[in-house]
Amino acid sequence: MRRTMLFLPGNTPNIIINADVLGADSVILDLEDAVSPDQKDAARILVRNALKYMNFGSCEIIVRINPLSSGMWKEDLDEIIPLRPSVIMPTKVSASYDVEHIAAYITEVEKRAAIPEGSTQIMPLIETARGVENAFHIAEADKRVCAVFIGCEDLTADLRCVRTKTGTEVFYARSRVVCAARAAGIEAYDTPFTDINDKEGLRKDAEFAKGLGYTGKACISPRQVDIVNEVFSPSDADIEYARLVFKVIAEAKAQGRGAVSLKGKMIDKPIVDRAAFVLEMAKALGKGGADHE
Amino acid sequence: MSKLVKSLEEAIKLCGLKDGMTISFHHHLRNGDFVLNMVLKEIAALGLKNMTINASAIFDIHEPLIDLTKQKVVTGIETDYMGRTVGEAISGGILEKPVIFRTHGGRPGAIDTGRTPIDVAFVAASQADDMGNCTGKFGKSACGSLGYAMSEAAHAKKVVVITDELVPYPLNGFSIPEVNVDCVVQVDAIGNPAGIVSGTTKITRDPVGLKMADLAVQAIIASGLLKDGFSFQTGAGGASLAAAVFLKDIMVQKQIKGSFVMGGITGYLVDMLEAGCFRNIMDVQCFDLKAVDSLAHDPRHLEVSATHYASPFTKSSIVDSLDVVILGATQVDTNFNVNVHTNSQGIIMGGSGGHSDAAAGAKMSMIIAPLSRARMSLVVDRVQTISTPGKTIDVVLTQRGIAVNPRREDLCEKFKTAGLPIVTIEELKARAEAINGIAQPLKTGTKTVAEVEYRTGEIIDTIKNIL
Amino acid sequence: MVIKQKAMAGTMESSDCLVYVEPAADLQVEVSSVVMVQFGAAIKKATLDTLAELGIKQGFIKIQDRGALDCVVKARVETAVRRSEKEVQNA
Repeated sequence: MRRTMLFLPGNTPNIIINADVLGADSVILDLEDAVSPDQKDAARILVRNALKYMNFGSCEIIVRINPLSSGMWKEDLDEIIPLRPSVIMPTKVSASYDVEHIAAYITEVEKRAAIPEGSTQIMPLIETARGVENAFHIAEADKRVCAVFIGCEDLTADLRCVRTKTGTEVFYARSRVVCAARAAGIEAYDTPFTDINDKEGLRKDAEFAKGLGYTGKACISPRQVDIVNEVFSPSDADIEYARLVFKVIAEAKAQGRGAVSLKGKMIDKPIVDRAAFVLEMAKALGKGGADHE
Repeated sequence: MSKLVKSLEEAIKLCGLKDGMTISFHHHLRNGDFVLNMVLKEIAALGLKNMTINASAIFDIHEPLIDLTKQKVVTGIETDYMGRTVGEAISGGILEKPVIFRTHGGRPGAIDTGRTPIDVAFVAASQADDMGNCTGKFGKSACGSLGYAMSEAAHAKKVVVITDELVPYPLNGFSIPEVNVDCVVQVDAIGNPAGIVSGTTKITRDPVGLKMADLAVQAIIASGLLKDGFSFQTGAGGASLAAAVFLKDIMVQKQIKGSFVMGGITGYLVDMLEAGCFRNIMDVQCFDLKAVDSLAHDPRHLEVSATHYASPFTKSSIVDSLDVVILGATQVDTNFNVNVHTNSQGIIMGGSGGHSDAAAGAKMSMIIAPLSRARMSLVVDRVQTISTPGKTIDVVLTQRGIAVNPRREDLCEKFKTAGLPIVTIEELKARAEAINGIAQPLKTGTKTVAEVEYRTGEIIDTIKNIL
Repeated sequence: MVIKQKAMAGTMESSDCLVYVEPAADLQVEVSSVVMVQFGAAIKKATLDTLAELGIKQGFIKIQDRGALDCVVKARVETAVRRSEKEVQNA
């Protein structure tokens, strides 16, 4: 379950110590924009040690590495991969070969560190016009790619348009990226909402992204986490409906019936899949078991 | 007739100040205060010795006090709070007699009842007339409420008003009336405005502080106390202020009309008043210019004395009507005792202030503090200094869980129902140790450098010298 | 690794530490900390362990600690030592 991904700076011990208590399903320890150029080495080693010695409980740790153009990304991976973070987030991914390049190097480091090959996942950050247009190829570039994440701040700069709260200017890009992800059978995560004081704006933006099909949303402040978690959690009504789906399927099976309908609607595979997903989430949220298995 | 005298020297002589007497000061000018140093300099110049200082708080700006104790001009200190600079010297053992720490309610209580008589009270006022009517609400050195000066003004044998803005008689909107005042001295400046009140008080940006503030508001809602008539006190510390800001959002949204908000007053609490969250502000002390301005101009913003605020020796005080207070802590122990007096090295760097008073009075007293600061665990087996007894603390809220005093099973049930992360205080201690490691114990000396009086006057702990 | 030149790492922020290294004939570690009584020994041990892992046998290492956890101390010591090598290579 990854409703929220909270960005935290990679060179600030006081914040990293508390990464797991801020309510986010995942935190992104950032080696890129949140670290000044002269402290890249310090952040890399600090994040590595944090992964090695700190206990983050059930909170997933994602590490955002420096861009391919920087020359620092290999050093980042050299230090970080052996400590087995769940996910590596490369930035400004614009084409499938960016992913292939990174994946190949990760394989190399995994071999060197004697950890299972392919165990490190990649979540490319798509934040260029080229990246958006190549989104499907990026999503399919490697089996390590578990999700794509759209970043609309850099993207609007690349598009030469103004970033607005309503986000009309990035509607196409968001739609295209989520469609690419679903086509490739992976998850899609939405860009952060940058006005940390506008709670209503955040809620609307998150609801809009959920409506497009996004799995979750990145946060740039812990104060955003609760709202985003709430938006991307199934409602009690959703859970109730999902339970009902499996109940009527079980009843139909017991009676030897093939076709099943609920409230006058045929229960087909998409409905079952959705219900299963809702119950998995409900279980993860402690709202009863996913007993449909 | 006029009570105006030419100089501080003349005022001191007129009051008949002698060796071994007790003089009082109040701390509304905080770290910008010139008055305590100014008076003591004059006293030293007059060759007086063995004075006892009874001050509502001692700040770093009062550093000259250290030398004056060495010269035996000052041989006794009684206060409610002591900043690190003087605190470190006291912890080093420079004073023969232990410092007596009181609370903001205990101090006026002791003065009102005659247990700690004051010979001469020095009242710093940003405006006064020549008969001694005075206030802190107006003038170039405005500091707002003079709440802590009111008890000694009423009970000291002699009262000297020191002002840097003399106005024609009668001063409109006086806080302390002429009936108590013996003489008035005009000086160039009673304080440095930059140190008196900050332009604005800012809420924390620390994510953990914000997280705790959010949790605190959820706990207040879960307690069932947040309804019409709600009364509230909070400190000006990072997470406490953030909690006030978040509470305002909820109160506005749910249209809850509280009764009063209390404590050191900041602009954020003024915002709550103006947003209709409370009918009144009860103010013993202003922390920023917005609060000062509100006190001067908004009739709903009331100036109250320290006695009225918190004294246990009155028929009732405001803390008795408090629903919720949010307080800070340096340490909490597994018996819920709180330390706000000494730091990790055993050095004095604070004091109760109104901590114990509000905790005793409020229906729910809640400590908000990060589970560890700079590797020091908040929760320990025994606090270094007991400032506030655990029996008056209901909730300890950290970013890694909320512990409820076993005495408050009712609250614990409510929090559980609301889905708040309840843990035992022992579990909090274990979680902190898992992160920080086990600390080697602090060893202190055997000399008592300070005694901590509870608000009732009972000594609840002593502070030893550092090694 | 060898400490070849003066170098620093870390900050004086709370929960961090500032590490200074410079070449010396023998190995000297100097620790000051806001939690000296409680964790001074732990900080020194974390420092010595890290230096041993990096193969450092000589150098003057000064730690000004603001309540850093051991893994933070280790990270800052390693960063400072690596910088002290790099700066010579770059020169």
